[in-house]
Amino acid sequence: MSTDLDALYQEIILDHYKNPHHQGLREPFESEVHHVNPTCGDEVTLRVHLSDGPDGLRVDDVSYDALGCSISQASASVLTDLVIGRPVDDAMRIHDEFLTLMQGKGRVEPDEEVLEDGIAFAGVAKFPARIKCALLSWMAWKDATTTAQASPAGSTRPVEPVETKETR
Amino acid sequence: MEGLLPDLDVVRKDFPILSRVLADGRPLVYLDSANTSQKPQVVIDTMVDHLERHNANIARAMHQLGAEATAAYEDARDKVAAFLGAPDRDEVIFAKNATEALNLTANTLAWPGERQVGPGDEIVITEMEHHSNIVPWQLLCERTGATLRWFGVTDDGHLDLAHIDDLITERTKVVSLVWVSNMLGTVNPVNEIARRAHEVGALVVVDASQAAPQLPIDLASMPDEERPDLLAFTGHKVVGPTGVGVLWGRRSVLDQLPPFLGGGEMIETVTMERSTYAPIPHKFEAGTPPIVEAIGLGAAVDYLSVLGMEHVHRHEQTITAYALTGLQTVPGLRVLGPLDAAARGGAISFEIPGVHPHDVSTVLDTRGIAVRAGHHCAKPAHQRFGVQSSTRMSSYLYTTPAEIDALVEGLEYTRSYFGLD
Repeated sequence: MSTDLDALYQEIILDHYKNPHHQGLREPFESEVHHVNPTCGDEVTLRVHLSDGPDGLRVDDVSYDALGCSISQASASVLTDLVIGRPVDDAMRIHDEFLTLMQGKGRVEPDEEVLEDGIAFAGVAKFPARIKCALLSWMAWKDATTTAQASPAGSTRPVEPVETKETR
Repeated sequence: MEGLLPDLDVVRKDFPILSRVLADGRPLVYLDSANTSQKPQVVIDTMVDHLERHNANIARAMHQLGAEATAAYEDARDKVAAFLGAPDRDEVIFAKNATEALNLTANTLAWPGERQVGPGDEIVITEMEHHSNIVPWQLLCERTGATLRWFGVTDDGHLDLAHIDDLITERTKVVSLVWVSNMLGTVNPVNEIARRAHEVGALVVVDASQAAPQLPIDLASMPDEERPDLLAFTGHKVVGPTGVGVLWGRRSVLDQLPPFLGGGEMIETVTMERSTYAPIPHKFEAGTPPIVEAIGLGAAVDYLSVLGMEHVHRHEQTITAYALTGLQTVPGLRVLGPLDAAARGGAISFEIPGVHPHDVSTVLDTRGIAVRAGHHCAKPAHQRFGVQSSTRMSSYLYTTPAEIDALVEGLEYTRSYFGLD
């Protein structure tokens, strides 16, 4: 019994849950989104700050305020570790890799080179009810980044938080 | 233990699913009955028998099977009427679920008719409603220009009735409230509120989704001024199937409301220009209804009546009292809602600071214990208590004290798993 539980609640996840990285909402940012999981009420407000780098657009900062379970909180923390400082294109690839892992029904072998601490979420894929928890902040990040990309690159002009979407 | 259903072991054998063994050889501990109840063999058999031997469309089919199916469907209406103590069996309308029954009510009140709601009118609900008794009234207000008002909730989980006379006024056209809260468990004083609402000529709508499974209901014996005008409940929470719910309404009120859905069997006659409508109940049952589901519901309420709703209610109160005592031995655990078992239903929501409800329910699930985690479709009630979500255990007539012990043990384990000790 506790093997399944331990597969879900890896030490790494509990560590991120207790000491989340990059928590809080910061400026500057180009877009802010608010996503909720309508079935359970988990919420995340997430901002992204992008700038022009040598390899195209770069993720300068991701800041967030999240309410939710250990899985959704830890997932937001791991997300920020993985994408901050990377070119947006690379970050999107990591996003896709994480999505594949979550949707893989526990049959996808995670690549530690790409996902780092994110491999700890492999066990979540075996708990269908919890996959949405793990994906909440990732979906919010993709949404915010796509929105920010549509605005002038490198602009630090704050925007009104307008996006409210439900993650289904 | 005094107060449990007589022959509880035998009663449990009526529910095949309760003998299921889950992953890792763990027996099922089903504590999610406020979400949906389990089904006794007699309900399953009745539905299978109907489909195997009597299936036909009702009312329209002139052959023998059609007559049998129609008789079985109308017999189910009689059984539901008896279950509610309805003054008139034609006042029982079959709908898809309680949500549809409440939407039927809110929609038909928006349309031209003797009861039409308009600008300046007020609709009164409560802060502890399920979303299905909030959103239809918000829609009604948006569509008609009426104003939505509501009773607040006190710190101990009761409706705040201090300002009832300021809230229910000559402007009030509808008062709609939950009888037993699905989140707080509170049993509301429907009689007192109905009395006040009727003084000002307002309609009283009662969401009985959690009351019908637990409380003996006898509409006919209620004093006229305390009897609701409309009452909704759903089949799947009273050991019946999904797909069927009930709207009971006073004949005088149902006659005043315009039809909801138009279609087959709800008409008297149709020409290309206009139609006239069948009398109740058919006026509100357009199209082929959920026939086998209604028949299953008939078997379900019969089953409850044989057990005796007084006994079911006593069992619920006994288990609820035992659970409240057990839960409060868990360090830090806070129950949301009344702590007096006599004043509440069998749904108990709680929080354990430091562990999110999702995590609680996942840990319990690996021990075979099924509870609900989230906002239970009652977000405003959660906001009222400053929590985003909660864990909810809900018992029913088949719940044993040993299952409550398993829950309490599971919660202790959850605390230690997340390092709270």
